[in-house]
Amino acid sequence: MTERAQLLIELADDELILGWRNSEWTGIAPFLEEDVAFSSIAQNEIGHARALYELAARELDTDADALAFDRKPEEYRCAPLVQLRFVPDWARTIARHVLYETADAIRIEHLKEHEDAALAGVAAKIEREEVYHRLHAEMWLDRLGREARYTEAVEELWPYALGVLAPELRPALAERVDRPEVDAVERHAPGEEFAELWNEMTMVRRSAPVGAQW
Amino acid sequence: MIWEVFRQERKGQPFTHGGSFHAPDQAFADAYAREFYARRGESVALWVVPREAINAIEEFPDEFDLKYRRVDGYSIKARLKEARDRAGTTAD
Repeated sequence: MTERAQLLIELADDELILGWRNSEWTGIAPFLEEDVAFSSIAQNEIGHARALYELAARELDTDADALAFDRKPEEYRCAPLVQLRFVPDWARTIARHVLYETADAIRIEHLKEHEDAALAGVAAKIEREEVYHRLHAEMWLDRLGREARYTEAVEELWPYALGVLAPELRPALAERVDRPEVDAVERHAPGEEFAELWNEMTMVRRSAPVGAQW
Repeated sequence: MIWEVFRQERKGQPFTHGGSFHAPDQAFADAYAREFYARRGESVALWVVPREAINAIEEFPDEFDLKYRRVDGYSIKARLKEARDRAGTTAD
């Protein structure tokens, strides 16, 4: 696999799995309005994943659904940050949302300059939606930022947030959230918590005969 | 806090009431308005207004039946019939 395909799949896996985790709040978010908004953001993330998988699929001669659902759990490349299951802990969910969106902004800015025009184009498109995700994250940060349960969550998730980015982009994240750079929780073959998610996420796909059209 | 949202479907058209929801402040209200009333491309602009900023007026007394001020004006149907009866003619 080329470096470009590898990068695309990492990004797409992050967006798919975060979208999946955030969608676990659908129906049980703290209040109705937030339920609709957070579910919509989750759906956007999955849309970004699709666009990125499609780019990778063209190179790998497969399709987006196959990349999203037909790999084995241990083949996913998503950052450990997005794999963590937080329902029903809203403070940690928002801490991850804020950290991820901040890291993602740095990554997307970087990708917009990528030498591959198709990749840079998708990055620019994603950026136009992520602006509103960041606004949403920031308004929650304003509300919860000084609460102990929020600051403890950020403390806990900080090494994971660093692990979302390639090492050369981490100093920018540390500067943006005003925290010292520590040892990151690096991408590695996903564990048991992910296997459970994978099992649920791919259940329908696996139940249908190979090649079924939706 | 309750917010009222008015939405414009196409540029140049009047804003119409879209609906209302709860949100703690303007930032939340703006974010929710975007998700509720513009996510599917159904609006080109939104007005997001705290309900308390809206002064509702609902009492319009008209004790002396000043019909002539209304757009529909006088009804002349009954008076026309009277006049015709007096003249001994009928409408065709």
